[in-house]
Amino acid sequence: MFGYYLDLAMRSLKRNRMLTALMILAVALGIGTSMTTLTVLHVLSGDPMPGHSQQLYAPQIDPQGADSKTPDDEPLDQMTWIDGMNLLRAKRADRQALMTGGAVPIQPDNAAIDPFYTKARYTTADFFPMFEVPMLYGHAWRGEDDDAKARVAVISAKLNEKLFKGEDSTGRTIRANGADLRVIGVIGDWSPNPHFYDLNMGDYAKSEDVYLPLATSRDLKMSRSGSISCWGNGSDAEEALETESCIWLQFWVQLDTPAKAGAYRDFLVHYSQEQKVLGRFERSPNVALLNLMGWLDYKKVVPSDVKLQTWLAFGFLVVCLVNTVGLMLAKFMRRAGEIGVRRALGASRRAVFAQLLTEAGIIGLVGGVGGLALALLGLWLVRKQPDGYATLAHLDLPMLAFTIVLAICTTLLAGVLPAWRACQVAPALQLKSQ
Amino acid sequence: MQIKPILAALRRHKSGTILIALQIALTLAIVCNALFIIEQRVSRLSRTTGMDETNVIAIANRYVGPGTSFTPTVKTDLAAIRNLAGVEDAYATNSYPLRNGGWSMGVRLKPDAKKEITSTTLYFIDDHALKTLGVKLIEGRNFNAGEVISLDPRNSTSLPQVIITKALAQKLFEDGKALGKTIYLSQEGKPSTVIGVVEKLQVPWVGTWAGKFDQNAAMLPAILDSNYQNFVVRTRPGQQEAMLKALPKTLYATSRMRVIPEETGIRTFEQVRARAYETDRGMAILMGIVCAVLLAITAAGIVGLSSFWVGQRRKQIGVRRALGATKNDILSYFMTENFLIALGGVIVGSLLAVGMNQWLFTRFEMERLSLTYVAVGVVALLALGQAAVLAPALRASRVSPVEATRTV
Repeated sequence: MFGYYLDLAMRSLKRNRMLTALMILAVALGIGTSMTTLTVLHVLSGDPMPGHSQQLYAPQIDPQGADSKTPDDEPLDQMTWIDGMNLLRAKRADRQALMTGGAVPIQPDNAAIDPFYTKARYTTADFFPMFEVPMLYGHAWRGEDDDAKARVAVISAKLNEKLFKGEDSTGRTIRANGADLRVIGVIGDWSPNPHFYDLNMGDYAKSEDVYLPLATSRDLKMSRSGSISCWGNGSDAEEALETESCIWLQFWVQLDTPAKAGAYRDFLVHYSQEQKVLGRFERSPNVALLNLMGWLDYKKVVPSDVKLQTWLAFGFLVVCLVNTVGLMLAKFMRRAGEIGVRRALGASRRAVFAQLLTEAGIIGLVGGVGGLALALLGLWLVRKQPDGYATLAHLDLPMLAFTIVLAICTTLLAGVLPAWRACQVAPALQLKSQ
Repeated sequence: MQIKPILAALRRHKSGTILIALQIALTLAIVCNALFIIEQRVSRLSRTTGMDETNVIAIANRYVGPGTSFTPTVKTDLAAIRNLAGVEDAYATNSYPLRNGGWSMGVRLKPDAKKEITSTTLYFIDDHALKTLGVKLIEGRNFNAGEVISLDPRNSTSLPQVIITKALAQKLFEDGKALGKTIYLSQEGKPSTVIGVVEKLQVPWVGTWAGKFDQNAAMLPAILDSNYQNFVVRTRPGQQEAMLKALPKTLYATSRMRVIPEETGIRTFEQVRARAYETDRGMAILMGIVCAVLLAITAAGIVGLSSFWVGQRRKQIGVRRALGATKNDILSYFMTENFLIALGGVIVGSLLAVGMNQWLFTRFEMERLSLTYVAVGVVALLALGQAAVLAPALRASRVSPVEATRTV
């Protein structure tokens, strides 16, 4: 029966090519634009640590003076050196890492390569196991290395390729900022998006090329970049950063169960109280413990332009569908005579309805394929844009399947009203008026 | 007009009528808001920087290798750049307008004031900067060479002299007279005396967050002792192309211990501007395309449905023509019918447009929609409806009275 419906549908669609083309075009445009924007949104709001993000938390405390206030009285989103070190040493979480970013000049031994700057991360040892960083060669450093201010570095596969032609470079040295660092590990393919652990580097920044212990970086006076904010009499002079009331470090913890997260929150409150008693904090405890996805939401990582475009594209899709409903209504009602004959010959309402919906489904399918082509074109255009996230805009398999399903479902939905109206045709009346 | 019979006829085509009206309403709501977004973006990207932007080149330079002080190197580089025949003048700075990265600082009028009056950007410049940028000094004087010091950015950022923009002067002092007065640009409480006021100079950022202080700039006489320097160069007219090639060569000839990024290292100011506003321009173009396509689809929908109605009513039209209705009567019947539907659509659409803007306002920090946009949108959609229905209506008017006698 379905084959017959398909045949009837094809005949009917061929009969009025202009109208058919218009309907398909409308569906394709609507689907194409919505899928382009939705894919960008999907990519940008993705989970950088799938399966693991629930256990990662960004603790926030509020060491500010009594009279300096953030706009909504939110706790601060970075740590001072003193608090960071205190929380790090407390070891109340399953894992914890204190870090900041910077740029280091690398002077290759090979004279054929000019000196260059590369992005670096100064962090403590737990960074690697906590963020599940895969190691291609060697291993990351341990807590002892942090304490010893060891002159060691972990480098990215990209930098390893550039400096050591991709060989196992563990044990060799790199010259960074005038100091020799021993390479102890090479990271495999790792680039979480968004760059959640330090959004100051750019929300969708690529991961760093050089990693070294935080204490080492301070010891070697490595240049630091990112956001720094001071209050009271805090001066942002580099030498004083360890003692002043300035926030410039990111602190992340891993808490394996919700119960531990609750306990850690209590610990943050307790810590704030203790610091107030000691006279370091002036305000009553003001803490937050957001998990990774909550943190990305709080920091409004997904650009609002992208959200706006997505809403707009769906508005556009709705107009296209309303348009398709109107055109289908016209098309189906024009065939009232034919439907009357079929009804008179014994076709049930249900059969007529099914046949008309088949026709709508075909339009949806063809429109969906067209929309897919338009979405691919749209994403290609997005990738040409200069935004930091542009290169990420690719259609993955689930989105591809979703595109086709969305196209067919919406068109079927659009076909319901016209098909239902067409079924209501009274056969006798139609036959008489022929 | 024969409005009553039209309304009676429309009542028999409820779904079609509602669909067209709904489509017009949605289109109006989206188009109004999209046009409004376009206007906002265009007005943002057509702001002027206060500079004479032609013949300006910006270089991003980072020194590599050990060094206790970078200032002598910067001075050597500047001398080499200024010596080029095609260069009119040049200076080194931490940032410049539209660079999209720089320093912002709160400004106070009293050293112990807790609250800052406004924010400003800090440009560290020398005595050549005003000429290089082409900004107009309207009060006071420029820095002299003796005032330009070498400053370690990791220590203090306040200096005894400062030149500010007129916009900043007006925000700080009620009468706008800032010359000779003292302002505080850091938390250490060291005063800076305003020695000059320039007409206009934009901040490095173009985003909305800097919109509140986008003309507030404070210029301080210093070369920052840092490995990162931006050179701003004014070339002689017609020399820009040649200098784009000559400048990196000259710099590398002075010393190879530097990195000038390949793509963004040397840019004309036109490129700086294009890069700064690329996202805004992209958004405006996208909104424009969306508007055009939406209007086209709506028009096509009206043509399609009206054609169907004309086809359906051929016999009635024939009867009316046989009973003495002129071609014009038929034409105006369909035009009026469309006008009534569109009118219903735009009324609902105006409410939708305002509602949508209200929602965008709370969610996306958009400004309130001006009603002019709604008015323009209403007129545009009514006109669009009339234009779209014209062809089917003309076809209807050509239906011969003979139709009345056929197929009875």
